[in-house]
Amino acid sequence: MNTKYDKIFTSDTTPVKLLGYFLLFLMFFSFLLIAWYAPVERTMGLVQKIFYYHVPSAWVAFLAFGVVFVCSIMYLTSKDRKWDLFAKSSVEIGVLFALIVLITGPIWARPIWGVWWTWEPRLTTTLILFLIYVAYLLLRIFSGNNERTAKFAAVLGIVGFIDVPLVYFSINWWSPEAQVHPQRIGMGPHMQVAFFVSLFTFTVLYIYLFIRRIRVARAEEAVRDLRINQE
Amino acid sequence: MRQIFAIMWKDLQVEMRSKESLLSMLTFGLLILVLFNFALEPSPALKRQITPGLLWITFLFTGILGLNRSFSLEKENMAIHGMLLAPMDRGLVYFGKFGANLLILFTAELLTLPFFLLFLNMPLFAHFWWIIGIIILGTIGFVAVGTLFSAMSTNTKMREVMLPLLLFPVSTPILLAAVACIREIIAGEPFGAFLRWFVLLVAFDVIFVTVSYLVFEFVIEE
Repeated sequence: MNTKYDKIFTSDTTPVKLLGYFLLFLMFFSFLLIAWYAPVERTMGLVQKIFYYHVPSAWVAFLAFGVVFVCSIMYLTSKDRKWDLFAKSSVEIGVLFALIVLITGPIWARPIWGVWWTWEPRLTTTLILFLIYVAYLLLRIFSGNNERTAKFAAVLGIVGFIDVPLVYFSINWWSPEAQVHPQRIGMGPHMQVAFFVSLFTFTVLYIYLFIRRIRVARAEEAVRDLRINQE
Repeated sequence: MRQIFAIMWKDLQVEMRSKESLLSMLTFGLLILVLFNFALEPSPALKRQITPGLLWITFLFTGILGLNRSFSLEKENMAIHGMLLAPMDRGLVYFGKFGANLLILFTAELLTLPFFLLFLNMPLFAHFWWIIGIIILGTIGFVAVGTLFSAMSTNTKMREVMLPLLLFPVSTPILLAAVACIREIIAGEPFGAFLRWFVLLVAFDVIFVTVSYLVFEFVIEE
């Protein structure tokens, strides 16, 4: 492995630390914007504020799974363990944020739609996406830590991501009348500012968690190598 | 082509001699129908409504049984090594296994179909060839990914459990398109009414077979 890569992901380098402080500031700042700067939505009221967390979480989940897809292809073509670690780290973040989407969605839906859940394309796609990557994590747990597991995971990372548009497309046809999920929200300028700052914050959060998770993965590797060497 | 048929024939011969997969799949399918009947107590109207979905749920569950065995047999006797040593493209192994799984599951489905007529009053004969055609197309997509995942799941600790966990979420689009087609056919709709679902089903088959074939070599190399 090259040293530059090693440095960023193994030790507490200043840029990573700075990114952490920047993230802390961003989170505080975007919370202020969401709570006070953005106006309360006229028809939905206070519950609409969950949107500033819900949509960025969905974005991070899809971004994370996209990264898994790319890393999986890179792993299968190059067989470089680095890509496997990247994919593994990104999946966990993606599953976490997909879960946040699936939890914040119903909290909003209950007062607005009157039901917690409907089998609408976006909801269903997110749920199936979540299930695919939970299976991905289980696959990793159940097949031990070796090269074969990395290959299996990469294969699922590719097949699973290709499946996403197919799922969305077919469910869209299945129940087009059930398109109740807001497609585009008319946002005032203040709302837009709060939203895009929040989107940016979540993206930085993803990058930060990603770097940190890789660091943990590298530490796990190092411990395993030590153990093997001792035996 | 000859290699594909050789692998297929080997699997089919094992199955014809033991009939283990077919018998267990058939019994399991029948059991699912009985259980659903008691769980739902369907009225004639409800029967019509649930038949397409129940048909595919039964096929998916029985399919899991067959697919689980597909590679566990190879692994048990280390037969997979022999197959990998043979001087041929790994992709041919995929198509061989895929073909055998397809034929075995399709046979099980054909044998289960009469029970749908018997228990659910499914209008089987009115649109027989259409129904058979859709069943083949749906099964192709399902078995295409199933064969790939079966090769993966046999190498994990939780073999039998892992396969449905992997296969069910990924095969949802196939299930949806196949159920929609059968629903329209049973309702007596003309081909034009479900043409788009039909096209979608064929498209999914093409995608799933191609992708599974392309990544299969990574799954079985040692």
